[in-house]
Amino acid sequence: MDAFVLQVLNGLDKGGSYALIALGLTLIFGTLGVVNFAHGALFMLGAFCAVTLKKILTISKQVKDESITFFDAFKEVPYLELWFGETGTAIIDYAVPLSILLAIPVMLLIGLAMERGLIRFFYKRTHAEQILVTFGLAIVLQEIVKAFFGANPVPMPPPELLTGSADIGAAIGLGDSVIYPWWRLTYLLFAGIIIAAVFSFLQFTTFGMVVRAGMQDRETVGLLGINIERRFTIVFGIAAVVSGLAGVMYTPIVPPDYHLGMDFLVLSFVVVVVGGMGSLGGAVTAGFLLGILQSFASMNEVKEILPGIDQIIIFLVAVVILLVRPRGLMGRKGVMES
Amino acid sequence: MITATPRKDLLLMGIFTLAVLTMPIWLAPIGASYPDLLQRFAIFGIFAIGFNILFGLTGYLSFGHAAFLGVGSYTAVWSFKLLSMSVVPAVIFGVITSGLFAVVIGYISLRRSGIYFSILTLAFAQMSYNLAYSVLTPITNGETGLQLSLNDPRALDSLVGVTPTSGIPPTNFFGIEMSGYSGFYFCAILMIIGFYISMRIFRSPFGMMLRAVKSNSNRMSYTGLNMRPYTLTAFVISGMYAGLAGSLMAVTDPLAGAERMQWTASGEVVLMTILGGVGTLIGPVIGAGVIKYFENIFSAINENVLHGIFDFLPEILQDGAVAVLSLFVGEGWHLTLGMLFMLIVVFLPGGMVEGFTRIYSRIRNKNNKNNGEAGSVGSAEVQPGE
Repeated sequence: MDAFVLQVLNGLDKGGSYALIALGLTLIFGTLGVVNFAHGALFMLGAFCAVTLKKILTISKQVKDESITFFDAFKEVPYLELWFGETGTAIIDYAVPLSILLAIPVMLLIGLAMERGLIRFFYKRTHAEQILVTFGLAIVLQEIVKAFFGANPVPMPPPELLTGSADIGAAIGLGDSVIYPWWRLTYLLFAGIIIAAVFSFLQFTTFGMVVRAGMQDRETVGLLGINIERRFTIVFGIAAVVSGLAGVMYTPIVPPDYHLGMDFLVLSFVVVVVGGMGSLGGAVTAGFLLGILQSFASMNEVKEILPGIDQIIIFLVAVVILLVRPRGLMGRKGVMES
Repeated sequence: MITATPRKDLLLMGIFTLAVLTMPIWLAPIGASYPDLLQRFAIFGIFAIGFNILFGLTGYLSFGHAAFLGVGSYTAVWSFKLLSMSVVPAVIFGVITSGLFAVVIGYISLRRSGIYFSILTLAFAQMSYNLAYSVLTPITNGETGLQLSLNDPRALDSLVGVTPTSGIPPTNFFGIEMSGYSGFYFCAILMIIGFYISMRIFRSPFGMMLRAVKSNSNRMSYTGLNMRPYTLTAFVISGMYAGLAGSLMAVTDPLAGAERMQWTASGEVVLMTILGGVGTLIGPVIGAGVIKYFENIFSAINENVLHGIFDFLPEILQDGAVAVLSLFVGEGWHLTLGMLFMLIVVFLPGGMVEGFTRIYSRIRNKNNKNNGEAGSVGSAEVQPGE
């Protein structure tokens, strides 16, 4: 039982990141009808927003190290610490959560620029061409990041308050073996909030209503005198923000490097397909389900019976789903079924 | 549209053969006539020709072709290890195994079309890549890559009494060592044969059927045609080309690693085909050549070389130019590649062949105008060349 709960928990945080990326991907596909292979790159860009903010916050000055007396030693002290003392240290400590504030405008801008600058020329073209051009864009983005931040992963510690592990087992009466890092718990919570925010935005605002109407029938909405193009551009920006934020918060879990996006892209596409092309709920459900499934497959007991299953389980599920139920778990009938 | 006639085909074939066989001579001025690079031209040419049979004719965009490349490589290296250092069994087994793989993967993937097909092939390729790294380590030797060793059995070789005198024996084709120019000519001849086969496919009723599938698959199924045998055949043929390319990689350098199966490698062959011209005969070969050539040139340039090039500029401008350009060369070669790729897809979806055709028809138009028969020949609407 303990092991079971632990695996579910382990799966949830990974599932959370899949769900967030897949959500953005589906949003774009559902509204614009564009297959965006550069979406993983957006996740990666979000992660590097955090890296950038951390770098900015820790711009340092060389200060004489007083503790060493017999020769002149210098140590690097961030300006923030010099100016604000303890408060400065705390700000640096919270670099990752603070990056959210930076990432929202940056990712929104990147998203809007991408849609206006490139994607909108591809609405009328085939899916193959959309895949190709966004694939090219993904390569470009990741190489630019590589040029600025190098090829090595950048470690990003979570705030000190959240570094330890939560003793979930004791809290729900299962014994001490179920422990779970605080940060992952935070991530899970965060993913939940973002997903809820996106859904309520679409469900309860006028803007969201128009967008949903546009997803159903773009032409009619256009005929009603609504500038649906502009709404969809904004939706693209929002999708970019969602996957960017997923990237920001993921940095303490996996140190980001430039091909982080590509690794996630393939998986999140699989998630979208399993969930059903164009179905937001499906994307989220499939994200969590596949995350959990993957963490069960990497249990030693399972691996003994089926060696290597943890490596391929997600793809295997996708293959089966595509063959048995091509519209995915919750896809609408008739949408991209052939 | 330039109509294809048997005579023109013969001419094209002749020119192609001549051009490929004399590559070491006419590529010498641009510094590309050393065997290693020439071999890569030929190998990736084969890979792209094969990919084009699937993508160019049927429009099915596979993102998993690198898997067949990897399978071909592994099979060839195993053939060197177990059977003989002769390249003949290696190539034959490489092609057969990857063909079998293609049958299985194609049979499942081709049940879907469009983006689903792309994702299915991608999923299969990622599965093979992941497995090659983890569970299949006894076969693939994991991260180290599969290598030859001195005490491999080499059953056929020892049967005929060939024993290595010192070190690992080189791969050979009936006694000719497969390194340097002999290696290139071996690959080149196979590429010419491959090109000929692809041309025959393009001109055959089978090729016509595949093109019909591409232009309107709904209509094809309404007429009562079951498309799957045709597309599956195309898929298997192109998988076998990829396997051939993979085994040739092992022939020229007997080593196989899983990174050959990664999906970025599949992306590369897509790129070559697009750059050259999808659905054209010669395009993929040109695309493969251009990409491999520039990869070679660009990766070799570093900051010192750039400083040398911009020596004539004042110091500040020079530093600026070097700083900007060094993003695009050396390690950053992929950035150039990505941009090139986007530009091609945006502005020239037909690839370089379409570019040539456009220029050609523009020149012809101009001449016609001069002769007072404007616009009668060579319309602005250019079909992808044959």
